[in-house]
Amino acid sequence: MPPWSWLLAVSVLAIVVALALAGIIFWSYGVSPLRAYGIIIRGTLNARALPEVGRNMIPLLLAGVGLVLAFRALFWNIGAEGQILLGATAATWVALFSPVPGIWKLPVMFAAGFLGGAVWGLIPAVLKLRFAVNEVISTLMMNYIALYLVSWLVHGPWKGPEMRGFAFTDAFPAAAQLPMIPGTRIHWPTLLIGVVLAVGVAFLLRRTRAGFEIRVQGENADAARYAGIDPARTLLLVMLVAGGAAGLAGVGEVAGIHRRLLDPNQISLGFGYAAIIVAWLARGSPVAVLLTSLFLGIVFASGDVMRVALQMPARTTDVFNGLILFCLIGSERLLFWRVRWAPGGRAPAAESEAPEQARGISGGDG
Amino acid sequence: MEEWILNTIIRGLALGTPLVWAALGEVYAERSGVVNLGVEGMMVLGAFAAFAVAQSTGHPYLGLLLAAGAGAGAAMLHAVLVISLRANQYVSGLALTMFGLGLSALLGRRWEGLPLLTTLPEISLLTYGGLALGALLWFILYHTRWGIILRSAGEAPAAVDSLGVNVFLVRYLAVAFGGALAGVGGGLLSVAYRPSWTEGVTVGLGWIAISIAIFASWDPLRAVAGAFLFGALFHLSFRLQTWVAPEPLQMMPFAFTILVLALASARRRVGVQGAPEALGLPYIRGER
Repeated sequence: MPPWSWLLAVSVLAIVVALALAGIIFWSYGVSPLRAYGIIIRGTLNARALPEVGRNMIPLLLAGVGLVLAFRALFWNIGAEGQILLGATAATWVALFSPVPGIWKLPVMFAAGFLGGAVWGLIPAVLKLRFAVNEVISTLMMNYIALYLVSWLVHGPWKGPEMRGFAFTDAFPAAAQLPMIPGTRIHWPTLLIGVVLAVGVAFLLRRTRAGFEIRVQGENADAARYAGIDPARTLLLVMLVAGGAAGLAGVGEVAGIHRRLLDPNQISLGFGYAAIIVAWLARGSPVAVLLTSLFLGIVFASGDVMRVALQMPARTTDVFNGLILFCLIGSERLLFWRVRWAPGGRAPAAESEAPEQARGISGGDG
Repeated sequence: MEEWILNTIIRGLALGTPLVWAALGEVYAERSGVVNLGVEGMMVLGAFAAFAVAQSTGHPYLGLLLAAGAGAGAAMLHAVLVISLRANQYVSGLALTMFGLGLSALLGRRWEGLPLLTTLPEISLLTYGGLALGALLWFILYHTRWGIILRSAGEAPAAVDSLGVNVFLVRYLAVAFGGALAGVGGGLLSVAYRPSWTEGVTVGLGWIAISIAIFASWDPLRAVAGAFLFGALFHLSFRLQTWVAPEPLQMMPFAFTILVLALASARRRVGVQGAPEALGLPYIRGER
């Protein structure tokens, strides 16, 4: 791997190029890019708005850490969005329909949310192992299934009797609501879980046998087979944690922000898809996700600013997301670019040493 | 009794039409060795381009032409990244989907809810055109020199290269062609199937088109059959509406797709042809 300073420089360059390209699009839309970025920066990076960055960072952190793990094992989990929704659904069931007593409510909700997300993530893993179904397609299909499942629940069986005409469940009881940092929408218990999870996954990858097996499996499947590493066990462990982590993000959204189950597009604003960028930007390091989820949190918070101050549709953040991802993968060749001095009087030759592609993140060491 | 059969066929053709175009495009792109997961993004850009042009000029066919251009242009982004820069094909395709959904929502904002005065019927020339195109692409793929070159670019790029054929060019052309067809498929959604424009109008159909290409074992004729079959099943599931709530029915196409892919791979194990050998791998000249 190249030194981290070079990694950082190339990543920042990629983001700057992406923002410049987005500026051209703003300009063609009839909004001055300088004015737009001025409004976005003032609207997101001030003392009042900064907590919103933190609020958006939480689900991105949790789902992003899970995706780092999945991508390290070369399992293309595009299904964090659905796993978030299943986590939210499982937590809602505990909050509204289970007899779990007061103080146990939140811990059980987190456990149920983890399980819900994990089950949703394990289904594509099993389909891949058993039937060789491409996981990109299956995880994506699972997202749509989760979306309609939640939509059905809030329009039908779980629709709250108090909510006349609206597709909500009833509000969660107080014992099922997460505490906030006062004056913000940062539900700190979920944030804490996210930080612990990032450190935990880093430990798992770097210091444990299972983590070693995941890394070998992802970096060289042949070597893993010769070493007797069971690919099924590795993959199931990875998707248990990755799906579960996304499920926890879903718990945070319903127990912290909305305090009820509602329209799936309002529960997750595309966090599951943006978490792919979070994970990619982190280059395989779970701890780096703390930083990259913060950055994507700013992008999400800027989405609100663009909607309100510039009257742009909420999906405009997807323009940023797409361009950032394009520029990131486009800049990857640059990462491994080094100038070599050829002895014997020949001209110095620049040579690229990109690792074989379709091999995913050949990331750092944890 | 006969009426519902006829109805199913008609509805199958109606929804199948946009899917046929998009799926055929993905078949050709993947045959050249390039996975393009950006079908959803290319379709939605095509849908917007077709609607905007048809709405302002009154010519839906002109709209579809521009949709093809929009799809091909978007596909070129993917092509440059994965063919020349050898970026990861999965991630690039996802980026294209995000970008297409975002850009079409932004540019399309002023067009939302506008009426479209001249539309195409759901079953139009493009339906029969899709059938004919499937047959033509099948013939080219299996019975012409071009087809051999295209297939070889996806199976053994180094061998094609050593014969003096430009693998990069073949792949660029296949990806651009696939994008153009996805653009037309998207355009058919907004000027024929449901003549209107709202952001995210493709609602996952791009992913289903990709699944059809896989399920069809990258065979154009099977892709045509798969697309219309899917359209028919989609319609049949909606006949259950009297007994089942709408959301579980909306879920069915996606659950059905997973099921079909699982069955297809089980079948592939007993000797039906599989994926192109070099699918998803960048071609690096001089490397084995």
